[in-house]
Amino acid sequence: MTTLRLLLPPAAALLAAAVLTAAAAPGDAPHAAVTLARPATPTKAASPDGFLQRWLILEPIHVTGLTDSAVQSEVKANYFPDQFTVIPHDGDKVQVGAGELTWHAVDTLDYNVNLFHYAAALHKPTSDVLFWIVTTVNCPAEMSGVRLAIGSNAASVWWVNGREVIGIYGDRQTVVDDGVSKRLTLKQGPNVVRCAVVNGGGATDFCARFLDVDDKPITNLTLSVGELAP
Amino acid sequence: MKSVLLAGMLLLSYSAVALDGQIGIHDPSTVIACDGKYYVFGTGGGGLMSTDGWNWTGGAVRPGGGVAPDVIHLGDRFYVSYATGGTGGGEHSADVHMMWNKTFDTNSPDYKWEDCGVVASSDGVEDCNAIDPGFFLDPGTGRLWLTYGSYFGYIRLIELDPKTGKRIHPEEPPLNLAINCEASDMIYHDGWYYLLADHDSCCDGANSGYNIRVGRARAVTGPFLDNMGVDMMLGGGKLFVGSEGRVVGPGHFGLLDLGEGVQKFSCHYEADLDRGGASVLDLRPVLWRDGWPVAGDNLKDGTFEIESARTGTALELAVEGVPVGGRRARGGGGGPGGRRGGPGAARGGGETNAAAQATLGGTNAVGGRGSRGGGGGGRGLFGGQGGVIPPQDVAVVSTNWPAGNVDVRMANYMDQAQQKWTLTAVTNASASGYPGSPYFKLTIAGTDRVLAVGDDAELVVLPGYTGGPEQLWRFDQLADGTWRIMPKAVPNSSAALALSAVGSSFATLAKFDPASDKQRWALKAP
Repeated sequence: MTTLRLLLPPAAALLAAAVLTAAAAPGDAPHAAVTLARPATPTKAASPDGFLQRWLILEPIHVTGLTDSAVQSEVKANYFPDQFTVIPHDGDKVQVGAGELTWHAVDTLDYNVNLFHYAAALHKPTSDVLFWIVTTVNCPAEMSGVRLAIGSNAASVWWVNGREVIGIYGDRQTVVDDGVSKRLTLKQGPNVVRCAVVNGGGATDFCARFLDVDDKPITNLTLSVGELAP
Repeated sequence: MKSVLLAGMLLLSYSAVALDGQIGIHDPSTVIACDGKYYVFGTGGGGLMSTDGWNWTGGAVRPGGGVAPDVIHLGDRFYVSYATGGTGGGEHSADVHMMWNKTFDTNSPDYKWEDCGVVASSDGVEDCNAIDPGFFLDPGTGRLWLTYGSYFGYIRLIELDPKTGKRIHPEEPPLNLAINCEASDMIYHDGWYYLLADHDSCCDGANSGYNIRVGRARAVTGPFLDNMGVDMMLGGGKLFVGSEGRVVGPGHFGLLDLGEGVQKFSCHYEADLDRGGASVLDLRPVLWRDGWPVAGDNLKDGTFEIESARTGTALELAVEGVPVGGRRARGGGGGPGGRRGGPGAARGGGETNAAAQATLGGTNAVGGRGSRGGGGGGRGLFGGQGGVIPPQDVAVVSTNWPAGNVDVRMANYMDQAQQKWTLTAVTNASASGYPGSPYFKLTIAGTDRVLAVGDDAELVVLPGYTGGPEQLWRFDQLADGTWRIMPKAVPNSSAALALSAVGSSFATLAKFDPASDKQRWALKAP
């Protein structure tokens, strides 16, 4: 299915292709990130099913290993300054090792964010990689007893307002509400959700939403990623 | 659902062991709750009582003597029915009496018995022995019924006035429902009326063939047919529960409906071989399978996988698992073609496509899927490592586990040490119990690490058991054979919460929802 979508990008995806193929090597045919689009509005509401569909994603970092200890080690290593606190902007660049990586703002057209599409469109590796991902969730009022519920391919670790709340490990596929946090409180106004997705090989993606005290999706949230790069 | 039920029943089909404390009784009534205690009455007057349904004492009072009483709670009254006469020696002349009280607490100012007289009789010649009454309140109509009878002829049905306990239309003859059985009781479930009654012999200790059988009908008046379509008027009856293990001759069914889909039944065993062959009380789960009630078993000590009915994943200590038999090298990986797909992106083994196929013994087993190369040590990818792989030694694999409190999560069951839970009944006086069973502690098998509820009302595994109520767990078997698992106490809360699968890989505590699979758990042998 992934291959078909790459070969036959819909018109809507052409915009995404324009955004996410900037790093393509000269002469390479770009792969359109057909499920991703450049944000076109200041904020984006959570989907009717509560999915968070606007994110800033850093170009992938090479890592290996999907076990609990390997992933924890990978995500706790220092790659760039303030990596656990920074709220990046679209187009920001960070130095990781010898290379410079760029943050890209994306809206996903699906419930999930397809990181394979993202990386392939940028002509970046999709296997043995770590993606840093951030969004700001704007909450209309304080909400206590809520849970962050995520799925990822493959392993991932998640933070809400700086506190680590979920870790799921191993070679796994994205399943809605696979990893669920303990009860937490979303404060009124902006809340920062950060995650690190580690992929071994093949497809890679993630999804995320918040559940209320009755385990029902919270839909009255908006997402923002700040100003877009010109 | 059926497979879950069967799995649970097969694995837990060991002998039932009756309750704790003073539990000697014969012909017990339905167990009933009154003013914070459970009561049950038997033949000969008196009865048993319990604050938790697990540990019982004597001291319950029922005047009138006679045999085989039954009780029902209607409004502010507890009606009691019992019989005199009709027992032994070929004597079948008997009377069914009615009386009521507002409480069974003899210290209450409301404790006062009122006699309602005789509501049914047999003359010693007619085809009925008017003993062993059983109440039934029709939940659909609110009409109160009483069945009675014992072997000699028919089980009969009469209607009572729920306001007075007296018989309605005494001039009309009773209706015959079944033949050649006794200790009848009726229940209603999902559009069906079920008549349960005892077959075979009683009152002969370990030589008693007593067993409880059931037929069902669409009307309270019958006909009650068994699973083979045989009318109970012809002696039909599907087995509900018979002798098992060390207990012989179950009889005198009574339903204890605890709400939220949790049903238990009371009975006596004619002989508990572990208690000198005495007749004793028991409380066990009622399950439902294909429209028929099935006797469940209370939980006993053992080691289990605890599997969520919602997700199929197993509760585990949140530590890095080690594959049973150790990790093996893997080849392939990478590329867009699929999981671990794509040439030229080797991880681990690094064999080529052709080499990988060669390790499979030249078969075409994975033709066209060359990404699965690597590993195997000469046996091929699917050849295993040879020999019998022993169970994981928790002492070995736990060396890297954190020493303190550890979270709980869920994962695919793979026979790993952190996924096996030893359930141990805690029978000391302070632990108490619940209807039918003591509380249990759950430890990771082979360790002291115990499941508990943290101050945040989330699950946590502690390094050791310290006896707190937040470390004790209640297991109620549900109608489909799965289990509701509840802590005895939640810190800083009076809420009654149950173990709940909030996602595929995470468990928490939440209010029990009988309509959901979230709080249903299968216990499987590891």
